[in-house]
Amino acid sequence: MAAEHRINAGFMPLFDSAVLVAAKEIGFALREGIDLTLNRETSWANIRDRIAIGHFDLAHMLGPMPIACNLGLTPLASDTVVPFSLGLGGNCVTVSNAVWAGMAAHGAQPDLDPARAGKALGALIRERANGGGDPLRFAVVHPHSGHNYELRYWLAACGIDPSREIEIVIVPPPFMADALAAGRIDGYCVGEPWNSASVVAGTGHIATIKAAIWKTSPEKVVGVRKAWAEREPEALSALLRALHHAARWCQDPANRGELAALMAQPAFLGLEPALQMPILSGHLALGGGAELSVGDFFLSFSKAANFPWKSHALWFYTQMVRWGHVAHTPENLAIARDCYRPDLYRSALKPLGVALPGANAKVEGALKAATPVGSAGASLVLGPDGFFDGQIFDPDEIEAYIAGQKLARAEV
Amino acid sequence: MIRKSLTVLVIDENHIRASIIEAGLREAGHQQVTVIHDVAGIARRIAEIEPDVIVIDLENPNRDMLENMFQLSRVVKRPIAMFVDRSDQASIEAAVEAGVSAYVVDGLRQERVKPILDMAISRFNAFSRMARELEEARSELESRKVIDRAKGILMKSRGLSEDAAYTLLRKTAMNQNRKIAEIAQSLVTAAGLLDPEES
Repeated sequence: MAAEHRINAGFMPLFDSAVLVAAKEIGFALREGIDLTLNRETSWANIRDRIAIGHFDLAHMLGPMPIACNLGLTPLASDTVVPFSLGLGGNCVTVSNAVWAGMAAHGAQPDLDPARAGKALGALIRERANGGGDPLRFAVVHPHSGHNYELRYWLAACGIDPSREIEIVIVPPPFMADALAAGRIDGYCVGEPWNSASVVAGTGHIATIKAAIWKTSPEKVVGVRKAWAEREPEALSALLRALHHAARWCQDPANRGELAALMAQPAFLGLEPALQMPILSGHLALGGGAELSVGDFFLSFSKAANFPWKSHALWFYTQMVRWGHVAHTPENLAIARDCYRPDLYRSALKPLGVALPGANAKVEGALKAATPVGSAGASLVLGPDGFFDGQIFDPDEIEAYIAGQKLARAEV
Repeated sequence: MIRKSLTVLVIDENHIRASIIEAGLREAGHQQVTVIHDVAGIARRIAEIEPDVIVIDLENPNRDMLENMFQLSRVVKRPIAMFVDRSDQASIEAAVEAGVSAYVVDGLRQERVKPILDMAISRFNAFSRMARELEEARSELESRKVIDRAKGILMKSRGLSEDAAYTLLRKTAMNQNRKIAEIAQSLVTAAGLLDPEES
């Protein structure tokens, strides 16, 4: 069968591009009549530029990136919509052995507990400041990234001002482990396998994880050039169905070996399959011989992992406001709200008769345990989705949330 | 009015390509050109050099770091992405296709910078073409070598003349709709398996 649609997509060599890669390589795209071309890129800036000039119709993107584009925070940005999420969780905060030793001296345990680790890190930071030491330097992959916002959220909730008490720099994911080993940075927040890479090398320790800071939280998305989405609605719907099947395939434990081998190929990650297993199994080596199995460490499919919740986009927006990336205005709020498009997801997947959330947004942090929820057609389980500090984000109370964070910062 | 000449910084991990760009800039009369291959410590270098224009290759994974640095830059000269006003879609496309991007200090007039970017685009394209031709020449040479070995095997094992051996390879390639070099490689591999002396 000749493909009805040709789609050009960009991706970065990170494990959470797996759903796109599987859609192409395992044949889900072709089954939907799509000739999908994947282009590996070297920076998020390249992805943004090539979407803007039409080289790519869509791409693997950091969750906040399309919002930043639509808010005009980056050059050459084009209107981008998000009809699909590529998964929940998957990131870690890794620190150097020296920082971990300092944290351990202040009570940190190899248990990934964000509150305990944050308290110990805060004590270490103040000890260094009193001794006249330089502030610790942490790296994230991009200013408009889940990594930057969850690192800052974690630190701020533990009484550390991330804008003053540490330095935050940008380092590309594949260079994180080397930068840590060389002492250019003291810690970083990045997706797998770049945390396990430092643990395996014996040069880093995983201190905490995204899935503990905010359970079942958003990470990468499919960002689609809005003009293309409007011009090619059938191609987009077909692609979303292919991605849905690919995501289910990626989540199935029976396919872990095959997926790890696929992602290990030079065209994708180019790293040995063993390094792909921690994100797939949730069984993490933390450094220093400690190991821990984490539930819901990375979800590529279950718990509505692919649904583009507007509450996720709005939370990213509140963090952009919180850290001075954008001014809070009714216009900006509307831009952020309109960026994620659950309507496109629903209309594409409706013919499949699969479980679809009935709401476009949810109160983040409200589910303390896995909970079956009302959905169209079939049963769906969501959560737990709690923030580690017990805070709740109600997208209908966004003013109060933004004001509360401003107040909390003033008190730090 | 005499204009102060522009200070240009070229960031390219590829030394040869960087030299080509540098030479082009100097030929065009830009005397203040600095080339950096390694981005370590680049913030300090940029503060020292105070470039008006930064030319960077798109393969460089540090673009995100650089853009963030420019945004946070507290120095007066703040570099911004070129063509931020999108007035010249054709140039943007040409640059991305060539694999190069540029940042200019805020307020610098576009017509002063465009010749620099145009030159960078043409030199990047020339470099890619050169690299491609080199690669083609190399693989052509490899093909000739493997065809010669295959001919030798046929001449020895079937007692053919050189011309007849070549004709047989060509005919087989045509029948199978493959390249002669591929048929030759298969033959060399098979001969190596059957008789290790041959390989």
